[in-house]
Formats: sequence, structure tokens, C-alpha cells
Amino acid sequence: MKSLGSIRRSFAPWTDPSAKPYISFRNVTKKFGTFVAVDDLSLDIYHREFFALLGASGCGKSTLLRMLAGFEQPTSGEIILDGVNMAGTPPYRRPVNMMFQSYALFPHMTVENNIAFGLKQDRMPKNEIADRVAQMLKLVKLEKFATRKPHQLSGGQRQRVALARSLAKRPKVLLLDEPLGALDKKLREETQFELMDLQQDLGLTFVVVTHDQEEAMTMADRIAVMAAGKVNQVATPAEIYEAPNSRFVADFIGDVNIFDGLANPSQGGDLDIAVAEGFTIRTPVGGADVRGATRGFAIRPEKIRVTREAPADAGINSVRGEMWDIAYLGDMTVYIIKLPNGQTVKASSLNAQRSVENPLGYDEDVWISFDGDAGVLLKD
Amino acid sequence: MARLVNGIFNRLVIAVPFGWLLILFLVPFFIVFRISLSQTAIAMPPYTPVFDLAAGWDGLKDFLSQLSLDNFIYLTQDSLYVKAYISSVTIAFFATLLTLLVGYPIAYAMAQAPRTVRPTLLMLVILPFWTSFLIRVYAWIAILKPEGFLNQILLYLGLIHEPLIILNTNVAVYIGIVYSYLPFMVLPLYSALEKLDGTLIEAAEDLGCTQFQAFWKVTFPLSLPGVIAGFLLVFIPATGEFVIPDLLGGSETLMIGKTLWAEFFSNRDWPISSAVAIVLLLVLVIPIALFQNAQTKAQGE
Repeated sequence: MKSLGSIRRSFAPWTDPSAKPYISFRNVTKKFGTFVAVDDLSLDIYHREFFALLGASGCGKSTLLRMLAGFEQPTSGEIILDGVNMAGTPPYRRPVNMMFQSYALFPHMTVENNIAFGLKQDRMPKNEIADRVAQMLKLVKLEKFATRKPHQLSGGQRQRVALARSLAKRPKVLLLDEPLGALDKKLREETQFELMDLQQDLGLTFVVVTHDQEEAMTMADRIAVMAAGKVNQVATPAEIYEAPNSRFVADFIGDVNIFDGLANPSQGGDLDIAVAEGFTIRTPVGGADVRGATRGFAIRPEKIRVTREAPADAGINSVRGEMWDIAYLGDMTVYIIKLPNGQTVKASSLNAQRSVENPLGYDEDVWISFDGDAGVLLKD
Repeated sequence: MARLVNGIFNRLVIAVPFGWLLILFLVPFFIVFRISLSQTAIAMPPYTPVFDLAAGWDGLKDFLSQLSLDNFIYLTQDSLYVKAYISSVTIAFFATLLTLLVGYPIAYAMAQAPRTVRPTLLMLVILPFWTSFLIRVYAWIAILKPEGFLNQILLYLGLIHEPLIILNTNVAVYIGIVYSYLPFMVLPLYSALEKLDGTLIEAAEDLGCTQFQAFWKVTFPLSLPGVIAGFLLVFIPATGEFVIPDLLGGSETLMIGKTLWAEFFSNRDWPISSAVAIVLLLVLVIPIALFQNAQTKAQGE
């Protein structure tokens, strides 16, 4: 069965109309002077969800997170957390904790004291604090570094201290602002999986802000793609990638080729789009409502085949072009093919074998082709 | 070749400030130290022995044999000096504390001010230096005297019915020190507070601190280097201060700077005043050196 569902199969409260959201943004607007950072935004996040706010810098994702933490007050609209309206609740009374992008570790305190800071603030008994700190240090594997100061730690270790400190109070929701931004690529990938495991084990709700789509796709149950203070699409990573609801989302996530043309019904109930590149896309996706309209058809590079021989039904979901560029990336090869009208198409293929006989070369005439259901018909 | 030139240049860069300190600090210090070991005399210069190069080796031996620590012993015998040292350190300490209390909120407000306003505020702090220090202290006489501005305003407002006697008391000395040394307190505090990462305060609030608690647990400890720098910058010159106690203080005001001045100009006793100066230096330098040493050790850990 084909599915664009969640990674954790049993976990999809957003599909259940009776499920109650844990965090609700209701028509939230935030203005800084005349600049609208968040624009009439509504969003529901569910208990135990790993939720990612994804967007370019300045899209309002960090402002949204800071409003949830209480550092900013919405200009209008309300934020409900676990059934309580958060309006007027200062940051120190909110059951959320934040892991800051810069980590914001207290430089004058040891690792232990950083982790114990929030617990001491809550006047937890001393022996309980010691137990909790030990538990947190074990969780982030920093037992040996308890008495060090932050400046004596590596970037990765600091990130762990920040994580332990924000988890120590057992918040209802953990907010993570670009949590892995300062780590190098390898460490970032490892830490992504650790964060996912941690979130599962602790059963907490995580809201992460990131501009890194790979990070969001890896970790999140659902992603909200944001731009200009609005949410463009909220969906699982697979839905965002395979069924983007707009040109913006299709373009923002991963690589995509978009063909525009007039959509008309064909024989057999399919849709024919006569695209400007001089061929016809015949696709089963899309309903009667799009007929006679100009629409975009988005298709990902890995779903495009590149061959020397013309495919059957040449001209339907296939077009002839010239090999313009080849980029060998190790795990896959990316081809840039120039079509007769000058438009370029990106295609990629997995290098499943170590070597290929007579590989495709520059300036060769090639055919690109794809399946009619491999792409998605954009709504705009 | 280039490396050699570079090496010479590097040495020169260090040698220039070193030479400066040597000529303008260490040499005068040894001259003062040497006078402190001499005896007063009605002569020119007003002390003996005088080192005579023409007398040769015997002259040098004779010169050295006449130097003594008598002046330092004398300082311990007359209680005036000990009292003056203690009183100076006490007045300077509390005046510095007051300067800190006044300066901290100013520096904090400056660091919190919008980035565009900060240079102007900084300028305002430095502005008094454009006028002579002496004139500014004189101005306080006009403000504080019984018929001065302050009393006139208070009388006019009906807050007091007869003029307050402030001038020529220790209160006036405190006011003078706090006023004169405020920029030396504000500037290092401002530089420490301005560097402070605002997200640390947010992190503290996020972990359950009210704004006030966040200040005490994060902002203040992190501004301590500025507090210490400002404290030393005010405390050290205030201890040896002469102009402020002389112009604003009264007969009760006993400060070592005034004592030193009196020994030097009124009594023309250069050896004793030199000894007073050397002891003052030791009183200030030894605790600070110990403190610095402790701090470097703490940082090394």
C-alpha cells in the first residue's frame, strides 16, 4: 500500500479529529513596529510530537518559539498550552524550557551547576537535585565533565550541557532553537538521532526551529514550512516532500523541476498538460477542477530517468535533450539536461553499482522520462 | 632577513613602554626611596647625606653608612601617621563603595540603552574631563557652602529651615570623591555589562528566575571583573587624594595625602614625606598584588 504517513506508524494524532492539541497558536500576530514577524498564524501541536518549524531566516519561526517561551508577547491572538492560555504568564512560570542556539550556558558556573540552576530555582531538596543532575549527566554522557566550566568543553559537549540543562526541570515542552546549528556535519547527524531517541524515551513534546530542511526531515514527526510570518504547509516529512501543496514548498524542500502548461482531460480519465518545453505530461493526479487551467507539475530529480534510447510513447512524459552537466557525488550522480527550448532539467540516479559500462557523457543526446504519477500537480 | 627585522621590531614594541615605565615610574620611585632613608637638613637640597661623585669609593661608602630607616621607625611612633593611613583607607573604601552604588545603575542603564544612543551616553560620562579637575572641585564649594546652591534650593523648597553644614566635613569629602571618580567606576562596569550576552538572562528566566533573580545570579557575577577594576581604579587614587580633602574637607578630615603635603611644603621635611609616600605605596600595592595573584591562580584552574 502506498503511504505518505508518519515515520512512527502508530503515532499520528493530527489525523484523529477527536485528539486534543497540546499547543495551539490561534490567530497569532506579532509586529515589531511596522514589521509583521508572525502574521495571523494558527497551528496545532500534539502531545509527544516532535514538531519542526522550518523556514529561511526572518520567516518568523524564532519569533513563534520565543512567544511560546514567553520572551515575546503576541500583538494579537492567543497561545494555549495544555489547556491554559499563556497570555501574561512570564517565562519563569511557563512549563516549557528552551535550548538556545548559542547554548547560553552560564560561563561562571560548572557543568553541574548549570544543570542544577533551574532545579535550585524551584527549591528542590538538595539530595534530589544531586540525583537529577547525575541522571542528566548520564543521559548526555558527560559524567566525567561535571566540574568543568563551559569554556573547557568542546562545541558538542556544550550542546549536550545545554540540552541537559533544558531537560533537567522535566518541562512539558522542550523548545530547541537551531539546536545543532553550531555543530559540524558528522556530529550534527549523530546528534539528530540522539535527540530523536531522547524525545521518544522521555515522552516529551519537542518543538524545534531550524533552517536546515534535512535536519527537520530527519527528526520531526511533522514540519511546518514557514515564510513571511505564515505557515505554508504543515505535514509529515514524506508529505512535504512528495506532495507539496504549493510552488513555494516544492521549491523550498529539496530539488525540484517544475513544468508549466495548460491542463486538459485526456482519454482514459488522465490529465494532459501541454508544457512549454514541448512535450505532454500525462498524469493520473489532479481532479476535474484543474481542467482548462494553467498549472505547474513538480517532479523531483531522482524520479527522472535519463537514457540514450527513446522510451516507448516518446513525447508523452518524455523529452529529448542534451547532457549539459554531470556531477558525481559518490552515492549518486546528478545530471543537468538542456531541453530544446533552453530550459534545464535536473535528474539524479543512485550509483548502485561501483562502475557502469559506457556511462553517459557530456554533450550526448539523451532522453529524459518519468512516470505520470511520480510528480505532483501544484495548486498554483 | 625579514625575520630578523621583525624580531627587532617586536623587541622595540615591548622596549618602548618598558623604557617609559622605567624612566617615569621606577627611577622617581628610587629617588623618593633614597630620600626616605635620609635625614632632614636646612640646606639645599633639604636632606643629608648628599651623594658626591668626586669623593670616589670612600664617598660612596660614607654615603651608604649614613642612610637609615629612622624615618620609617618614626612613622610608627607618632600615632598621627597610623591614624591618617587608617582614616584614608576607610574614607576611600566607603567612598568607593558609594561610587559603586551610584555607578552600577548608570553603567547598567547605559548597557541596556539602544545601541545608537550608547556612544552619546559614553560621551556624557567622559565629558567632565574636558574641565579641569581642580575647577570642578572648586565648583562643589559653591554648591555645598552654607549659602550655596544646595542650601538655597532646599531652603526655598522648605525642606530645611536653616542651612546644612556640609562643606568642610567628611560628607563633603565623600561627595567630592564619588563625583570626581564616578567615570572611573562607570567605564569598566559599562564595558563588562555591555559584553554580557542577553540570552544568558533569557536562559535564567527560562529556568525559573524573575528578572531580579536573573540579575543577581547571572548579570552581577559576570560583571564582577568590571566591579573589581572600577573599585581599584577609584580606591587607589582616592586613598592618596589630596585636593578633595584639602578643599572640601575640614579639620576633622585626616587623610594621608594632606599629611604628606603638610610634611613636604609646611615642614619642609622631605625625608619624612618620602617615607609616608613609600608606605602609602606599600599599603596599596601589596594587597592588590596578592589579590591579582589569587585571581590569576583562580583563572588558571
